[in-house]
Parts: sequence; C-alpha cells; structure tokens
Amino acid sequence: MIWHCNTAMLVASEPTRSNACPMLKVVNLSKSYRSAQETVHVLRGVDLTVARGESVALTGESGSGKSTLLHLIAGLDEADGGEVWVEEARVTGLADAGRAALRRTRLGLIFQQFNLVPSLSVADNLAFQSRLAGQHDAAWLRELITRLGLDALLKRYPEQLSGGQQQRVAIGRALAVKPALLLADEPTGNLDEATADEVVHLIRDLVARSGCGLLMVTHSARLAAMLDRRLHLRGGLLT
Amino acid sequence: MTRAAWVLAVLLSHWRRHPMQLATLLVGLIAATALWSGVQALNQQARVSYDRAAALFGGARTAMLIDPAHATFSQAAFVKLRRAGWPVSPVLEDRVQVNGRSVRLLGIEPVTMPTETASSSAIARNDLHAFVAPPGRTLVAPETLRDLGLAAGAMPRINDSGELPPLQPQPQLAPGVLIVDIGVAQRVLDKPGQISRLLVGKTTHNARDLPDKVAGTTLQRVAPDSETDLARLTDSFHLNLTAFGLLSFLVGLFIVNSAIGLAFEQRLPTLRTLRACGVSARLLNVVVVIELVSIALFGGLVGLMGGYVIAAALLPDVAASLRGLYGAQLPGTLSLQPQWWLAGIAMSVLGALAAAAASLMRMARLPLLAAAQPHAWQQAQRRWLWRQGVLALAMLIAAIGILVFGDSLLAGFAVLAALLLSAALALPVLLDSVLRLGGKGARNALPAWFWADSRQQLPGLSLALMALLLALAVNVGVGTMVQSFSATFVRWLDGRLSADVYISAANETQAAEIRRWLAARSDVTAVLPGARTEVQIEGAPVEIMGLADHATYRANWPLLRSVADGWDRLHADDAAFISEQLSRRLHLDVGSRLRIPAPAGDWSVDVVGVYADYGNPKGQLAVNIDALSRHFPDTPQTRFGLRVAPEHIAGVIAAMRVAFHLDARQLADQATVKAESKRIFNRTFAVTAALNTFTLGVAGIALLTSLLTLSGSRLPQLAPLWAIGITRERLAAIELLKTMAVALVTALLALPLGLLVAWCLIAVVNVKAFGWRLPFQVFPMQLLELLGVAMVAALLATLLPILKLARMQPATLIKIFANER
Amino acid sequence: MSADRKISRRGFAAGLAWLGLGGARAWAQGFAGLGGEAAGFARVVPGKRFVFPDDFGAHPEFRIEWWYVTANLRDASGVAYGAQWTLFRQAMAPGPQREGWANQQVWMGHAAVTSATTHQFAETFARGGVGQAGADVAPFEAWIDAWRMSAVPPLSNGTFAPLQLTATGTDFEYTLRLNAERPLVLQGDHGYSRKSERGQASYYYSQPYFTATGSIKIGGQSIAVSGPAWLDREWSSQPLAADQTGWDWFSLHLDGGDKVMLFRLRQKDGGHYFAGNWIGRDGQSIPLPSDAIAMTPTAFTDVAQRRVPTRWHVAVPSRGLAVDCTPLNARSWMGTSFPYWEGPIAFHGSHEGVGYLEMTGY
Repeated sequence: MIWHCNTAMLVASEPTRSNACPMLKVVNLSKSYRSAQETVHVLRGVDLTVARGESVALTGESGSGKSTLLHLIAGLDEADGGEVWVEEARVTGLADAGRAALRRTRLGLIFQQFNLVPSLSVADNLAFQSRLAGQHDAAWLRELITRLGLDALLKRYPEQLSGGQQQRVAIGRALAVKPALLLADEPTGNLDEATADEVVHLIRDLVARSGCGLLMVTHSARLAAMLDRRLHLRGGLLT
Repeated sequence: MTRAAWVLAVLLSHWRRHPMQLATLLVGLIAATALWSGVQALNQQARVSYDRAAALFGGARTAMLIDPAHATFSQAAFVKLRRAGWPVSPVLEDRVQVNGRSVRLLGIEPVTMPTETASSSAIARNDLHAFVAPPGRTLVAPETLRDLGLAAGAMPRINDSGELPPLQPQPQLAPGVLIVDIGVAQRVLDKPGQISRLLVGKTTHNARDLPDKVAGTTLQRVAPDSETDLARLTDSFHLNLTAFGLLSFLVGLFIVNSAIGLAFEQRLPTLRTLRACGVSARLLNVVVVIELVSIALFGGLVGLMGGYVIAAALLPDVAASLRGLYGAQLPGTLSLQPQWWLAGIAMSVLGALAAAAASLMRMARLPLLAAAQPHAWQQAQRRWLWRQGVLALAMLIAAIGILVFGDSLLAGFAVLAALLLSAALALPVLLDSVLRLGGKGARNALPAWFWADSRQQLPGLSLALMALLLALAVNVGVGTMVQSFSATFVRWLDGRLSADVYISAANETQAAEIRRWLAARSDVTAVLPGARTEVQIEGAPVEIMGLADHATYRANWPLLRSVADGWDRLHADDAAFISEQLSRRLHLDVGSRLRIPAPAGDWSVDVVGVYADYGNPKGQLAVNIDALSRHFPDTPQTRFGLRVAPEHIAGVIAAMRVAFHLDARQLADQATVKAESKRIFNRTFAVTAALNTFTLGVAGIALLTSLLTLSGSRLPQLAPLWAIGITRERLAAIELLKTMAVALVTALLALPLGLLVAWCLIAVVNVKAFGWRLPFQVFPMQLLELLGVAMVAALLATLLPILKLARMQPATLIKIFANER
Repeated sequence: MSADRKISRRGFAAGLAWLGLGGARAWAQGFAGLGGEAAGFARVVPGKRFVFPDDFGAHPEFRIEWWYVTANLRDASGVAYGAQWTLFRQAMAPGPQREGWANQQVWMGHAAVTSATTHQFAETFARGGVGQAGADVAPFEAWIDAWRMSAVPPLSNGTFAPLQLTATGTDFEYTLRLNAERPLVLQGDHGYSRKSERGQASYYYSQPYFTATGSIKIGGQSIAVSGPAWLDREWSSQPLAADQTGWDWFSLHLDGGDKVMLFRLRQKDGGHYFAGNWIGRDGQSIPLPSDAIAMTPTAFTDVAQRRVPTRWHVAVPSRGLAVDCTPLNARSWMGTSFPYWEGPIAFHGSHEGVGYLEMTGY
C-alpha cells in the first residue's frame, strides 16, 4: 500500500497536533498553462503542510491558482515541478491508476458544484466512494448521516434537494471513506451566507471528529477565519 | 472485481432514471440487427438451397468423370477405376415424367459416394438396407411430393413404364429431384450396367491423368465448380437484398449513435465525479465498454429474434421471386445455421461499438477537469457544420469518382452509398442555411427566437433528420424504379406475348399430331412454330429462340434498335437479334458478328438488332426458326404460338385440352401467361418494398426518440419564454411548428435526392445486376404521396413530446430556475 | 474355443451400423442385433469337413465372414513395424445371391501400418455383385478396391501359401509375400469354434506360421521388411452374447516357435471371460481353460479422448508363461467408423517375442 499511517489513528476521537506524519506536504510546486499567445505561470514554487486534524483555509483572488493547487494535490492535474505528499505517498510520482487509488482511499473531495451522481439516490451517493474504495463502514456512515441531518432525505435524488442539502451529501460522501485529507474547492460558493456558515461549521467539526486534515479554498475571509490557519495565494506564491 | 461492479452499477443507474433513452438505444440496436439479420437469413437460406441442389443435381462441387461422346457409359469403368485405387462413385441420371410432371431421377451408390460432396449420401446411409434392398426407396423433398400430388409410400410409374420404389419424403433434399439406388435407376430407366458419370472423391493421386492412364477409356475429368450456376445467376438478387439490409442497419446505427452520444453528454459530470472519487481512467473505459457490449448483446439477441420473424415473413415472396426469375427452388421453411446467430450478435456488438466510437474516444481522452471556458454553442456549431460540409463534399466527389471509374455492381452500390452519405452529411449544413435565411427575415422577437432556437436544436435532431432523409430518398428511389419497371414491363409483355395461345407439346410425336389437328381448324388464323435451345457463349448460358417469319412478330417484337431491313435480313441471312443483356455482356451491337458454337460446327451470325428481354438472367438470341433447326438438328419442335380471334380463344383451348390432355403448363392463353408474368415480377419487388417500409418505420422511430430525448434537455430554453408570459400551449405549438418545418425541409430535400437514387438504380445498379436498362420516368403523384407519409410520420413522432410539454406542470418549469446547472 | 476376433467383428458390425445396416439396436447389443434375423442363413454345425481351396473363398450363405492378417515386421537394421489387412463381408439378407447392384453383400476393408512413431490406417466400403469387392477361389483372390490378398501360383491347399498381400492408404502402402511351411490350424473342435454355452459358434481356421517379406511405404519412404504374420479365416451366422462391453485380444509369436492366442471379454457386470489357445511347434492347438489365463493392464494411454490400457502383464501359469507386453506405438488407434486400438506389441519375461494386440470398447 502506498500509505503507512495507522488507520486507527485517523478516527481517533481527539485530534492530535503531532507532525510526525503530516497529512499533506507540498514542496516547491510549480505549474504553468500554455496557450497560443502566452504562458501563464500559475504556481511558482508553493510550499505547504497540513497536519493531522488541522484545517487550513486557502484564499486568493479569482484566477490566482487556488483551484489549480487543489487539483494538483488531488492528482487531478499534473505539476510541472515540485512534489506533493499525502501522508507517505508521493502524489507527483504516481501514474493515473495510482493517483486514482489514492483519491479513492485517502482523499475526500468537495466541489462548488456538489458533483453528485444525478441518477443515484442520496443514500447511494453517500456510500459509493467508500464502496469503490472497499472502505465501507456502516456505523461511521450512519453517524455522518445523522450529523449532516440527511436522515429524511436518503431516498431522494439530488435534483430533489436544495443546494445546501446537496453539499451536505457531497461532504458525507467525501468523509465516508475516512480520508487522510479533505480537499474542498469553494464548497459554499453556491450557498447563501447562513447555509454557508452552517456547512463550514459542519466540515470543521467532522474533520476534527475524524482526525483528517482539511484544505479549503474559499473567497470569503469570514469563512477562512473559522479555520485553524489561513493561507493566501498571490502571484503564484503562498503568503 | 467488485470495484468494476460498483462503477457499472453507477453507470447503469443512469438508464433507470432515463428509461426512454435506454429504449431508444435498444430500439436502434434491435432494428439494426433485426433488419440486417433478417436479410442475411434469407440469403443464407437461399445459398444453402443452391448448395444442396448443386450437390444433388450433378455434384457440380465435386470433380467428376464423364464421357463427352456419350450420355452414359459402362459401369465396368467404375469397377476398373475402384480396383486401381480411385475413389470414384457412379451416378445415373435422367429427366423423367412422373404424374405428367418432369423431374430429375438420380441413381446414386450410397456406399462409395464421396462423403465430402453430397448430402444425398448421408441421407441414404441413414437407412442403407431399406434404400438398396428390394423394393428400395425413392427419396424426395416434401415440396416435390406435394407438387406431384402423391403420398409417401406411393410407387409411381415413370414415363408410363417402370415403377419406382416407395416414395419417402426427406426434408433435407433439394426439390424437383427423385433419388434412388443406382441399381433401381438402371432398371427403371432401362439402362442396365450404364452410368452417366463418376464422382471423384478426394485423392492424393494426380487426378489429371486419371482417365488415360488407368482406365484406358475416353472418360474426361471435369473440374469441380467453385460456384454453382444458380449462385452465379442469383448473386445480383442477393446483393440487392444485402444492400437494403445494410442500409437498414446503418439507419438503425444512426439511432444508436444519437442515443449513445446523448447519454454520454448527460453522463459527462458523472464520469468526472467517478474519476475524482478515484476510479482510474482505464477501469472507467473498460466498464463503459462492458456496459455497451452488454446492452448490444441484449439488443442483438432480441434483434435476431426479430430478424427471424422478418425473414419468415418475407420468405414466401423471396422464394417465389427466385423460382419465377431463376427457377431456383427454396424450401418454404426457414432453417438457420449457428453461424447466422453468431454473425448477427457480432454485427450488433461491432455496430454498437462503431456507433459509440466517437463517444468512447472522447471519453478515453476526457480531461478530468471541465474546460473552464466552454465554447459558445454557435462557435461549436459552426465548426461542426464546417466539418460536416467538408465530409459531404468528399463523399460527393467519391461518388462521382466511382461512377466514372467503377464498372461493377458493387461499384454501383458504392455510388449509391456515397451519394446517400454525402446528402446525409450535407443535410445539417443545408438546414442551417435555410434557418439562417429565415432568421434574417424575422423582425419581431419571437420569430427571431424561433429561427435561432431551431438552429440551436439542429445538432440534436440532425441524426434523426438524416435518417429520415435517407429513408425517404431510398423510398422515392425504389418506388420510382419499381413504377418505371411496371410501366415498361406491361408494354414489353404486350410486344413479346403477341400470340393468343401458347402450346408446349410433351414430345415430337404429339407436336406433329397437334400440327395436323390445328391445320384442320378454321378458327385458328396462324400457327407460329417456336423452338428453343441453349448454348454456352464465353462460359455463360445463352438461349437461342427460333422465330417464324410472320407479321405478328414484325409488328410487336420489342426491338430497341436494328438495321433498316432487320426482319428481312433475319430470315434471309445468317443473322440474329440479340437481347440487351447479351449485347452488354458480350459488348456486341448492331453490326457486330457473333460465333455460336453448334453441333455441326460454329455458326457465324450478323447482329442485326437488339431487343429488350427484361427479367431474364440469361442472354438470348433470336434467329430464324429454320436456320435454328439446320444448325441445331436436335432442337425439339414442340412449341407453338397460335393466332386466334379473341372470341374463339376459349373454344380452341377447351378443344385442345380434350383432344391432347394438355395441362395448364402446356397450354395457356396470352392473358394467363401475362398475368402469371406480372405476378412474378410484382413479387420480385415485394421484398424490396417491404424492406423499404421497414426502413421508413425505423426512420420514424429515430425521429420520435430523438425528439423525446431532446424534449427534456430543451426545458431550460423554453422555461424563460414561459416565464415571460408565453403559455405552455403556445410553446407546444411553436415547438410543433418548428419540428414540422425542419421535417418538411428535409422531406423536400429528399425528393430530388430520391430521384437521383432512382436514376442510380436504373442506370447503374440494374444495368450491372440484370443487364437491362429501363426508361427513366418520374411519377409526381407517388412523390406527393411519400411527402405526405413523411409528414405524417414526423407529426406522429413530434406529437408525444409536444403533448408532454403542453401538459407540463408549472412547477417543473419553475424548477429550471431554482436548479439551473 | 471361442478365441475368435469378436473385436473386429464388433468393428464390422458397428461399421455397418454406421451404414445403416444394423441400426442403433445392433450397436447397443453388440453383434446380437443380428441374432433374431438369423433365420434363412446357413447354420454353423459341428462336424463340418473343411475342403480347400473351396473354404479359402467366400461363404455368402453365411451371414458374416472375414479374412484377417496381422504381421510383425522388421527392416534390415532391426527397426520394428506392424501391418494389418482386413476384409469383412456381411449379407444384408439371406437367400440366393442376387445379380448386380441387387446383390445383398456388403464389404468393408481396414488396413494399417504402424511404426514406433506413426500409425496410418484406412477404411473402405463396397457392395457386392458388381466386382468392386469379393473373394474368389480359383485362382484365390480376396479384394476390395485396390487392396488384394491373392494366390501366387502354385498355391498350396495345405498351407494357404504363398500369398501376396497389398493395401494402399493416403499416407501408406505395403506389399507383402506370405510364405508358410506348416499346415493351417483348425481352431476349436476341428474348426467348429464354440462361442457360448448357448450354442453360438463359427467356422474358424488360422495360419499362425506365415513369414512375411516385402516392403512397406510410410512417410514417403519405401522400406524392405520381414517377420512373422498371422491369418484368421472365420465365418458364421449366429450372434454373440449381448452383455459384452469390450474386448482385449492378444496373438503372440513366442521366440521358441510356439504361438499363443488369448483374449478377455469384458462384461457389463464388470466380470471378465478369458479364453485362449496354445499352438505348439508341432501344430497342435490346445484350448486353455478360462481360469488358466491372467491379463492385467499396467499402463494407460490417452488417445482420441479415451483411456486405453496399452501395457499389460499376461500370464498362463500352467504353461510357465509370465510376460510384460509393451506396444510398439501406444497410439495405434484405428479411427475408423467404429474406432478401436490395434497394433504390434513386444513382450519380455518368461518368454520373449512379438505379437498383436486388439482392444475395443474403450
């Protein structure tokens, strides 16, 4: 297996700040996009660490490369240089199948557009990543459903849910697999303020409960302030 | 592989939520497989029959030894060759009369019959003792037993002399043949110790020097035919069927393609989500292919059953056509080989994969992240239209190229295919231009939206419209050809069947009696003797007809062109009229010379005219009847045509029937012969017409399913209009109008295309397939009728989705805004 | 004794069943399917006086008959080969012989050549009455197609020699001259060979003392060969027992000059019926009691999807015989219409020598 940290530690009820095995380590990461006219250097050597149980907010202007950084960490895109480590797995050194396995088993992804499977019920949407990963834990899922307040909605389909409800399902799906790291790309972008606050609270609490790391991209300074640490991306560098 | 199973389950959940889409996909697959495999079943059935006939009739598939100088030779040669180690088996064959019908009597020796050649040997071996020991058995196809009006176990006499062993029906046998043991054949034919030929089994010896070296006889070895005469003659007929089957298959695949494309488009976000949740690209691709193949297997199986039903329904017409045109006997029941099922399933799966190729390739290269800036639809559409236009032009150039340089039936169909594809590809471009022109004329907001929205709808509808265009064009084309044919055929029949009564005597003696009898009657104004023989010219059978010098022929014979004094030269010189088929095949025309191989030495004739001989697979020559008798002294003089005043026809026929015991096939009046001929030709095209209807039906389904799948995705476009105060009914009416408008434009485009197709069929395909060319005629009423049918089909296809729209709950429309994604 | 070659008869019966003569019932019951219809055919009775050369030829009034030769051959350098030549006759119906194609006789030929590495065989069929196959007395000739067993004049009526034997298949060919110094051996009771307690029997004589010389062509190569050969002549009209499932038959040429024939009939109930003859150097043929014979398979070969015992331990303790038999080619499979195993063997132990093994029903 590509990761070594004891899974039992990941669900420890008390998050620890031990940095013996950081959940995420990004070293000198760079990425540029080439178009016909110009080359845009989006990331120019980013260094970043997220510890176990730590929640980090990533802010920056539109087009500053927040999403790109998140995608590189998730192995959805390939970096030009530098390294990404999730626990003890070097994401930047993996082929597609390896990155897929890592996403499946160690990462939880939450997107602005919810990204649910429209043809699956809420219950199936919640369970499918953990089932794909072979890490289905019914008791844990049960707890998530209760905490996310989805008990009454399990038989519905995504199109029958409000935006906030859909995002809760996405959060549940990402956490059901008991990831080492939760990556959230503007999870509240489509939600009103009150709902957004509630969703971020939920994410933060559940991260603390499961002991994983969290990296959340957001526009909002208010939401960023709710997390442990805040990083700002400007000119391709973190400040 | 539980992970694959989970991915498959997620993918399949899409169909549960979109059953209409799944239905579309299956309908396409089933229709494609059913039509294609139905046609293939018919072809296979026919081919098997030809093979069986060939194996029985003369072992044309087997090498054999014959005596070129004599019809039969002593069976001592058989023993001599066997004792020299040659695997030969004797056959004695003759035509015999049973119950007034002419059938082939085949005497075989089942013990030595080469196993690799004849089904008859296996049949006889099943019960050798009963077959060879007295009284023996006469094996006969059930159809033939029926035709002879005899029951199993009957012991009919042949030629009013020898008695045959009890008849035993054998379904595997080719019709029109009686099979007995060689000993029985020698007895009933009164040819003791004689055989017609020796079949040669597989051998390691150098078979070429077999007759001289071993037997010291005059036997000559005849190499096996790779293809039978029947197979050769009927090839074009089957190619026609195949072409239609393939066309239907392609129309079906259009539906499959559009359904898969749509499903792919709708599942794009799901696919991305799956990748994001950790499904590798390879696994996802594999599972998508597995899903497609499973659906294709299911659709293929159902399609095969449909194909069986179609084939069974069409078989009587096909059998009648083949019998009428080529004398080929087809059993009336369908029997299919395992290859047919396998090929059908393979065709379904490969077809589905081909139809999905574009989607699969897109998916294989699917970027994990959605493009940040999707192209505006106009820009994408412009590129798509441009590509379609270029492809259409390329196909058109290809069509013209093949037309100019190609010279075969296959090339003819290739022209047709390229032309149709070109038109189909060009259709969206043409429609877009028409709609843009319409949009320019629009002054008000709603009409402007109407035109623009129609244009935006084009990509989704275009495949269905293409299918409609193709189906209509082929319908117009085939309809025009069939109409042209029947119009021409009636005129031609009038010319060819100019005598009032036709007689075919059983033998020369009876013919002489009939001649004497006729001479004494005052109600017969003229007796026109006829004679017919057959020769081989350049390896193909050619009929030679003897014509009497009579004004009836001069007035009616369907000459296409001739020298000025053609008839005088025909009767005075060594001259001949040749049929159009022969003229094309041998590249002969008026003024050419032709050598006819005759028993008394080659006969050279001048070609002084060319005449139409529609529907005859063989070439034909018409010469003076006396000249024919001189050069072919063995030709039986047993046929006559009579000129009789109309009021006396019935009386003459009745009197002859009584006097000579002639049956309906030996004695017929002109009207009966004409009716029979027309019936045969109508059935020939009945198959084509039926397939045509199927194709149109499939196109209708394609239109319906496209509209149904579109209607869901069209809501976001319609909801704003509803929001600004246009009623649902009004919206539905606009939608209906729009669809009917594009369908009408499509149908109007299909008409000229169909005429082009008809021209291709008449001037290229028919000429290559049959050797004759019909005069091209346009039938406006038929075109209008088809236009009407197309519009009704479009209306029916549009109605269901439109009704859905008109009855839509406002809440559904509101949700569009709440849930806009 | 009943040491006739039921195996081959079964082969013939099945071959004819394939032709449709015997039908499925005949196959199911072995040869018994013919039994009920034996009426009208000549009967086998004790006390017949054999008359030669008449009894060399065909006996069409009997239902079934065969001419059977096996030869154990060696080339100049001692390499072993085997050759088989068989002609069967069967009458489809009793009564006077009909002329021409109406004749009721059907003939079948089997021929094979075996070496340590190859086994080539061929099969052919013919109807009587037209000359494609037959067995004439003077001059003696038994033939089917180009396969012949014919007298080389002057033929001795006492030894049935010399004979010329030829056969040709797609991949093989042989011509052998058969010579013998000793007279024919009448089997059973002066040629009356009993087959069961119920009275079924056949007329049966052999020539086990043939010496074959000639050439065989195998793999496109002509080889001069010689060695001992064995001929069986037998005819009958009566059926065999119905409960036989198969047959293992040995003919042994002992180096000392004795000849031994042994066989085992495998019964449906799993029991075996043993029989055999010991033919001494002096030409005396003495039947062996059933309990005097032991035959045990020691190795099997998978051939044509069947498991066939190809090595045997064979013993006749009363005669001091205890030998291990090994096939020249374990794949001597006759893939004919009715398939069986037939090929040359060698044996070692108390005695040395060569012979032929025939097995059916596997």
